Order: sequence, then structure tokens, then C-alpha cells
Amino acid sequence: MAEQKVELFARRLDHGIQKAVHSNSAAGTEKRYNVLGTDYSAPDDLRRLAGQIRQHSIEYLDTYLEQAEQSLKRQGAHVHFAVTAEDACRAVSDILKKAGAKKVVKSKSMISEEIYLNDHLGTMGIESVETDLGEYIIQIDGDHPSHIVKPIIHKNRRDIAKSFEREGLGDYNDDPETITRRARVFMRDKYLQADAGITGANFVSAESGRLVLVTNEGNSRFCLAAPKIHIALVGIEKVIPSDADLAVLLNLLGRSATGQQLTVYTEFINGPARTDRPSGPQEMHVIFVDNQRSQILASDCREILRCIRCGACLNVCPVYRQASGHAYRSVYPGPLGAVLSPLLAGKKFKELADLPKASSLCGACNEVCPVDIPIPDLLLRLRNRGHQEHAPSPGTPPMGAFAKLASSPLIWRFAMKSNKVMNLVPLEKLPLPYLQPWLKTRTLPAWRGGEFRSWMKSRHKK
Amino acid sequence: MQSANRPTDRTVQLMATCLCDAFFDDVARATVEVLEHVGCEVEFPENQTCCGQPAFNCGDWSASREVMRHTARVFDGSKPVIVPSGSCAAMLFHGAPLEFEKEKDLPTIQKLANRTWELADFLVNGLGIEKWSGRFPARIAFHRACHTRGTGSAEAALKLLESIEGLEVVPFGEAEQCCGFGGTFSVSFPHVSSSMGCLKLEHLTEMNPDFIVSGDMSCLMHLSGLAERGEKPVKTLHFAQILQTALHRHG
Repeated sequence: MAEQKVELFARRLDHGIQKAVHSNSAAGTEKRYNVLGTDYSAPDDLRRLAGQIRQHSIEYLDTYLEQAEQSLKRQGAHVHFAVTAEDACRAVSDILKKAGAKKVVKSKSMISEEIYLNDHLGTMGIESVETDLGEYIIQIDGDHPSHIVKPIIHKNRRDIAKSFEREGLGDYNDDPETITRRARVFMRDKYLQADAGITGANFVSAESGRLVLVTNEGNSRFCLAAPKIHIALVGIEKVIPSDADLAVLLNLLGRSATGQQLTVYTEFINGPARTDRPSGPQEMHVIFVDNQRSQILASDCREILRCIRCGACLNVCPVYRQASGHAYRSVYPGPLGAVLSPLLAGKKFKELADLPKASSLCGACNEVCPVDIPIPDLLLRLRNRGHQEHAPSPGTPPMGAFAKLASSPLIWRFAMKSNKVMNLVPLEKLPLPYLQPWLKTRTLPAWRGGEFRSWMKSRHKK
Repeated sequence: MQSANRPTDRTVQLMATCLCDAFFDDVARATVEVLEHVGCEVEFPENQTCCGQPAFNCGDWSASREVMRHTARVFDGSKPVIVPSGSCAAMLFHGAPLEFEKEKDLPTIQKLANRTWELADFLVNGLGIEKWSGRFPARIAFHRACHTRGTGSAEAALKLLESIEGLEVVPFGEAEQCCGFGGTFSVSFPHVSSSMGCLKLEHLTEMNPDFIVSGDMSCLMHLSGLAERGEKPVKTLHFAQILQTALHRHG
């Protein structure tokens, strides 16, 4: 029988990688739980408030996006809008070409992964260096992030030491501090040589035009220290009404993502250098990227646009812990990815329509989500859409006959009683193909159909 | 989510669930005895079948709605509907309104949703019962079934269990994690589902409890089925069975 793709990937996954993903994720879940519980008496109320702020932001996105554009321009930034991933890539390379830029440094940005920016810059002959350590390792290995906050959760330090040796960054040494120091020495030169720095943005305040970046390595600050040009790639849904909203959102983001009260660096970027503020890039470009987001906003899954990319749902997800991020065949893995990736796929929805099925619908993701996204409901809606669009779904039993049976009480009662013959047949001989995957690893209790009904009747006779 | 003003009359309708209908008559019997002990009169509408969740979870919402429409007809009226399963209860009060959100008969379905209670939730938060009499000398690990997240059910069950003389509830790691059942997920993702279950069993048995207890037979069927195949059988009990047995041991 054909197999679900996430299931197949999980079954073949290297045991060591699975262990690493599991223990790292579980540690993240525990840290988040402890810090939120210690710092707030009612973290769930805070999550709901943050959810309302983000829901409001996306419901009025048309207004806030225009306001953000005006505010950014007022601060002296250039604002661009890109409808597709290709448009966004072209916007970046056009800016670089115009400035004659050949070398760029990048801080971590999921939307740049989403539009395959590095591949595009490579074809344009522009050198682009990832400066987040995890992302740099991904880049030299030609790999893909398997977690949105911890991109190399699937690698260990021995793998990394080998990659560094191969890249000529020193002899084999798997001491994490040595690895970090070597990366730092390498990066310093790159920062100084770069013509432009490319970042994402965690939030953009419509009111002030402030662009907010959170990092732990300080690499985004270096990306904006020497280069003359700053290009920020921003998903249109990242806009929030005002700076005041950051009080709620930043407090939840660090705690949910890494169990930190605040990330080590939080930058508020207020336009390019000016005479009264001479440091920083001379030129700032903000590229707002749609790439299917307007379609998602118009759909019944719009709540996913509340997401602030903390990764808490990945960490807590039992399926993610078993299957790892690469099982999701897309930039965004885990519960968030199982909703977002098929939607971002647009017309190719059916190719990723299996992802929403890779969930026991346990709801742990919703319980930890800092913006209270009803992820299980969205997974269910996408399953329904997949069914209506006849997306392939191996191993999913057809439900028509079940529905008929469960709407016909007489036949149901008869089946309950008569199925007792099952008890006479060895389970593995039962001609029920959908039962066999169950029986491989589990037994079934004896069939006692109708027993309760008889008992209930006999009591009423007394 | 659950309605705030659900009915609390003592004449109730029992939805036994298809799993109790097919396999676990002992759990359904325990539910009836527990409800009767607290003064309820239990009606059992005999045309009941299933809550429709398998089709709902498979994405075949029109098939699921067919079953739910039948269920809403069977459980017509205004009495509380009591379900000895967090999962099937959540299908009635949360899943059904979701799959009917664009349907004309949503109000009918919403009415049923507003009358639905999971058993422990009804006993504690509906009827106001704080303590359970009787004895049950054992150490148990209590698995909070996933579909009771965000409801009062798990706290309610623990409140009653902890009030029983001789009963000790033992802690275990990664308590928020799912058992891996997930309905049809267990057959379409058998490896992931079983791996989740084995991990859950490891945690649940950390302190060598006498019984693994839950308010959902689906989780317990999955866990005990896995344990038996793995030749490390565990003893499982539904929450209602503990309440029932404690009463009998009262003397």
C-alpha cells in the first residue's frame, strides 16, 4: 500500500537525528513553559491578547500596510511591493545592480528562504553570505533549515566540524567554542567587504515605520554596520498597528521561541543614516512581499497569518519530534508549516495537501502558540479542502460507507452484534486492509458489540 | 469552545460512544452507575451510533455531517448530553459547529453542542461534586486526553480521583504529549503513531503505577494495544471505572 510521505520520511529517518530533534525540541518546550509560568500569572490571557492584536492587524492589513509605507517613507526608506517570489528576488537584485553591489551579507530571514533568494543572487553573480551561524552551516552544506528558529537542529557538532574542515576554516575541531570563533573570524571580513546587508523583519510598526529585528548573535547589527545599503525583506503580514503592541508581542516572542525573556539583541531601525544620525547604511529599502499572503487572507485559514515565527509549535509537536523538519518538504515545517506551506504553494496546493494530515490533532500547538492560532481547526479545514479537491491521501480509509452505517441505527445495531464473529478469526486474517497497519504494532480488544445495550435493556425491565 | 451555560438537570442522555458500544461495555456501565450514584436518571437513546469524528478527521466533512445530523436527531431535546470521552464530547461541542459553519442547520447543531458535557466536567463543574466517596488503594498515572485541552475536564477528573481514599496520582515526564492515537492517523501514519505511543508508555510507566488512567478509551486502547504487542502489558482503567470501583469498596 502507498505510504504517506511524512510517515515514510520518519520511518527512514536516522535514529541519531531523530533523538537530537526530539531532545532539542523537548528542551525548548520545557524552557518556554518555565519562563512563561514564572514571569506571568496568566500567560494564556496574554496569548489571547496577542492573538487579538495580530488578528486585528491582518483584518485591517490594507490600512496598516499603507500607513506603514507612508511612515517608512517619512523615515527616508524606499518602499517596494513584490507580488510573487520572483518579483521579490528581482527587486533585491535590481537594487544591488543599480548600486553596482557584488557582495552581500545576510541575517536570518525565513522569507528569503521562501523566495530562494540566495539561489537567485548566485545566478546574478552576487556573493551572498549567511551570517547567522546556523544558517551559514546550512549554506556551506547546501542544506535546508529544518526548524524556523534552530535551523540546524538536525545536525551535531561533529557534522559541523567536518563541514568547517572541508571549507578550509581550520583543522577538524568539534569544540563548539572553537567552531564559533572560527566562524566569527571568517564573518568579520565578510561584513567589512559587503556592499549591502539583507535582513528580514520580525515586526514593522505602521504608526512609526520602525522595523524590529530580534537576534541572539548580533549578526544583523554587523550586517548594518559597514555596508552602505540595507535591504529588508518583509512578509506583508508582519505589520502591526503601533510600537505599543510590541510590549505584548516581544515579551511573548523571546519566551516562546527560546525561553528567553528577551533575545540578546532587539533592534529598532528607524530609517537610513541622516545628518543628525550619521551611522548605519546610507540607503534603506523595505520590500513587502505578498507571495500568496493575500490569497491566504481571503481564505478560511487567515488566522495562520498571525504567526510570529517563534517555533514553539514545532518544539511541542509530537509528529515533528518523530519526523524532523525535512519531512515537511517545505520551508516551514511542523504544525505551522503543515498549514502555511500548502497555502503558500498556491495552485500547487495538492502537492502539499498531505501535510495537514500529518497530525494527531492533539492541539498542543494551539496550547503553546503565543498568538493563539487555532492550528488544529486550520489543519481540519485544509483536510476538507484536500478531500474536495481529490488530493491523494494514501492510507486514509474512505468514509462514505461508514457514514451510511452510522446514520442507519438498525443496521448499526445489527453490525455491532454480528461483528462478534471477528472474535473467532485471528486478527491478522481479517479482510480489512485499513486494520492491518494498526495490528502490526498493536492488538485489539475482544469485540463486545451490543453487550452494553443488552445490559441497559435488562435493567429497565426490572 | 464549550458553552458557558450548559444545562445541569439530573435527567441526562448518555452518549456511550462507538468504542464503548463495540468494545468497552464495562466503561459504559461504569458511567451509568456513577451518574446514578449522584442522583441522575440516565436515558440511553438507542438509535445512537457514532459522533462522526472519523470522517471529520479524514477531511470528508459531508460524510461526517451526515452522521452528525443523525446524532442531532437522536439527541433531540434540552437535557444534558453526557459523554464518557473527551474526544467524542469535543466532536459534539467543537468539531460539529466547525463542520457546520457554512450550513443552514448550524443552529440545531449548536444547540446540541451547548448541551454536551464530558463526564468528569459534568460531575464537577456541572453538578458541583467536589469529593468522591469510597476507597481505591492504588497508584495511578493519569493521561490527560488531548481533546480535553482548554476544557475543565482533566482538572475535574483529577480533583475527584485525588479525593478517593488510598488513591495516589503519580507524576511523569512530557505530560502534555499525545498518546499517538489520533483516530485514522493511527492507521495512515502507523510508524509515527506507534513511536509516539511507545514514548508515551515510557513516560507513563516511569513511576511504575498500578494503572494507567484516562477519560478516553481511544487513548487507552491504543496504549494497551501497543504495550501488549511489545510484550510489556499495562493495566488501564477509564476514570469512570475507578469511581465505580471505589463506591463498591465503600462497604
